[in-house]
Amino acid sequence: MTGSNSARTRFIWLCLSPAVILMAIFMLYPVVSVFQMSLYKWGGYSPDKQFVGFDNFKILAGDMNFIRSFQNTILLIVVVTVFTLAFALVFAAILTRVKFKGIGLFRVIFYIPNILSIVVISAMFSAIYDPTQGLLNSFLRLFHPANWAGIQWLGNEKIVIFSLAITLIWQAIGYYMVMYMSSMASIPEDLYESSALDGAGVLKQFFSITLPLTWSTIRTTLTFFVISTINLSFLLVTAMTGGGPNGSTEVFLSYMYKQANTNSAYGYGMAIGVVVFGFSFILSAVLQAITKRDIYEF
Amino acid sequence: MDSVHASKENKRAQRWYKFFVYLVLIILAITIVVPIAWVFMASVKSNPEFYGNPWTLPKHFEWNNFVSAWTTAGMGRYLGNSVFVTALALVLLIIIALPASYVLARFKFIGQKFWNGYFMVGLFINANYIVVPIFLMLLGGDQFLQRTLGSTFFLNNLWVLALVYAATALPFTIYLLTNYFRTLPQSFEEAAYIDGAGYMKTFLSVMAPMARPSIITVILFNFLSFWNEYIMALTLIPGANKTLPVGLLNLSAAQKSAQNYGQLYAGLVIVMLPTLILYILVQKQLTKGMTVGGVKG
Repeated sequence: MTGSNSARTRFIWLCLSPAVILMAIFMLYPVVSVFQMSLYKWGGYSPDKQFVGFDNFKILAGDMNFIRSFQNTILLIVVVTVFTLAFALVFAAILTRVKFKGIGLFRVIFYIPNILSIVVISAMFSAIYDPTQGLLNSFLRLFHPANWAGIQWLGNEKIVIFSLAITLIWQAIGYYMVMYMSSMASIPEDLYESSALDGAGVLKQFFSITLPLTWSTIRTTLTFFVISTINLSFLLVTAMTGGGPNGSTEVFLSYMYKQANTNSAYGYGMAIGVVVFGFSFILSAVLQAITKRDIYEF
Repeated sequence: MDSVHASKENKRAQRWYKFFVYLVLIILAITIVVPIAWVFMASVKSNPEFYGNPWTLPKHFEWNNFVSAWTTAGMGRYLGNSVFVTALALVLLIIIALPASYVLARFKFIGQKFWNGYFMVGLFINANYIVVPIFLMLLGGDQFLQRTLGSTFFLNNLWVLALVYAATALPFTIYLLTNYFRTLPQSFEEAAYIDGAGYMKTFLSVMAPMARPSIITVILFNFLSFWNEYIMALTLIPGANKTLPVGLLNLSAAQKSAQNYGQLYAGLVIVMLPTLILYILVQKQLTKGMTVGGVKG
C-alpha cells in the first residue's frame, strides 16, 4: 500500500460522495417526503400544509375510485402473470430443448417488444384496437358479415382491461422467455437423455425436470411480475386510455398520479403511493412464502 | 418387429410435434413483427389512404409525413433534446457510479457495509413512486429562485432531467459494477502501487479500463431506459423543450382530433428506429447481459 492514510481516506470520499449525495437528493429525500406528505392535507401550490394524521388513509378506504383501481390492478397482475409465465416457460423450454433451424431468429424477434418505449407500444396498439380502421377488427371482419360492427377494444368498459392485459403480455413474454432460457440452458443434457431412455415424453420431461430445476428463477420472476405489472400498467394506462372509459382502466399508480398532478391533492396522492408500496411489498413476500420448495440440485 | 413399429409411430409423432411447435412459434413471431412492420408501412401512406382497409399497401411513398413530423410537429427538435438528455445522463451516470463502485468493491474502510446497504436500498425505489415528490422539490426550488433572483432554473431544464435520470439509475448501476470489480484479481492494483502510481492514477489508468465490458452493459440498458422514458420527462418538462416520447404522446393526442395519421406513424418510426438499430447491432450482448437481473418499468 502506498501513500498516507489520509490520502487513502480522501480518495475514498472523493469517489463515494457524489453518488451518495445524488441518491440522497433524488431518491431518499423524495421517498421520505412521500411518507411524510401522506399525513398532510396539502393542495400543493398553496403554502399551507395541514397535518391530518391518518385521515388520508381513512378517506382512501372508502374511495370507490381507489377500490376500483385496486381491483383493476389485481386483475391485471393475475392475468398478466399467469399468461406471461405460461407462454414464456413453454416457449423457453421449446427454444432450449428442440433443435431446429431458425431458433436464433425467433429468440431475436421475441425480445423486440421489450426494447420499445411504452409510448410507442401504446400508439401501436391504439392502431391495432381501433374499432373501424384497426388491424384487429379488420382481420376479424374476414370471418364476419360485411355489416359487422366490430368490437370496441378500448371503448367497451368490460373489454378494455383485457385489451390492456394483452398488450402487457405481448410486451413481457420475450423478456421472461430470455430469463428462463438462460436458467434452462444450464440443466445438464444427460438428465433428459436418461429420462428419455426411461420412456418419458416431452411433457413428462417438462414437468419432472425443466420445471423443478428452474423453480428458483420462476420464484424470482414472480416478484418481478408484481412490481413491473404495477409500474407498466401505470405507464401504459397513462399513455393509452388515461384511465377511461369511465374509470374502467384506472390502476394504482395512474390514480395516484392523477390525484397528485392533475387534482393537486398531493397529500392524498402520496397516501395512495404509500398503500401501493406496502401492497406490492406484502404481495411479493406472500408469493415468496407460498412458492417455497426444496431446491433441486443437479 | 413390434419395436420397429413403435419407433415409426414415434417418428411420426415427433414430426407432428415439431410441426406444431413451428406453427406456434411462427404465430407469436407474426404478432410481434406485423404491427411493427405495419407502422413502417403506415408512415409512408398518404392521409386519405387511412380510411378504409388498413392492410392496403401505400400507392406511393409519402415522405411528406416525415417532413411534417420533423418540422411541424417538432419531432426533429425533440429528437435533439432526447439525444442530449440520454447522452448527458449516461456520461453523468458513468462518471459518478464508476468511482463509487470501485471504492465499494476494492477498499476496506469504516462504514463500508453501511454504504453498500445504502445503495442496495435504492434498488427497491422505483422512479414512478417518486415522480411527484421530485417535481414538488424542483418546483419549490424554482419558487425560491423566483422570489430571490426573479428567474427559474430547475423545471423545464434538460440538464436537471438528465441528472434525475442518472440519479435514479445509480443503485442498479453501482450494484452491477461493484459485482464486476469484485471479480478482478487484487494483483493489478498491487502492481500499479509498486510502480508508484497513486490511488487516482491506479483507478483511472488500470482499473477503470478493465471495467469496459460491464460499462458497455450499463450503457446499453440505460440507453434504452433513458431514451424510452416518458413519465419523468412529462412531469419535469412541462414547457416546450420536450423529449421524443413526450412529443410522440402529444402527437398521438393531437391526432385524435386532427386525424393526421401519416404524421403520427412517421413520428412513431422516428422514436423506435434508433432502438431497433441498436438492438440489431448488439442483441446478443443485450439478452446475455439482462440475465444479471433488474426489473423493467
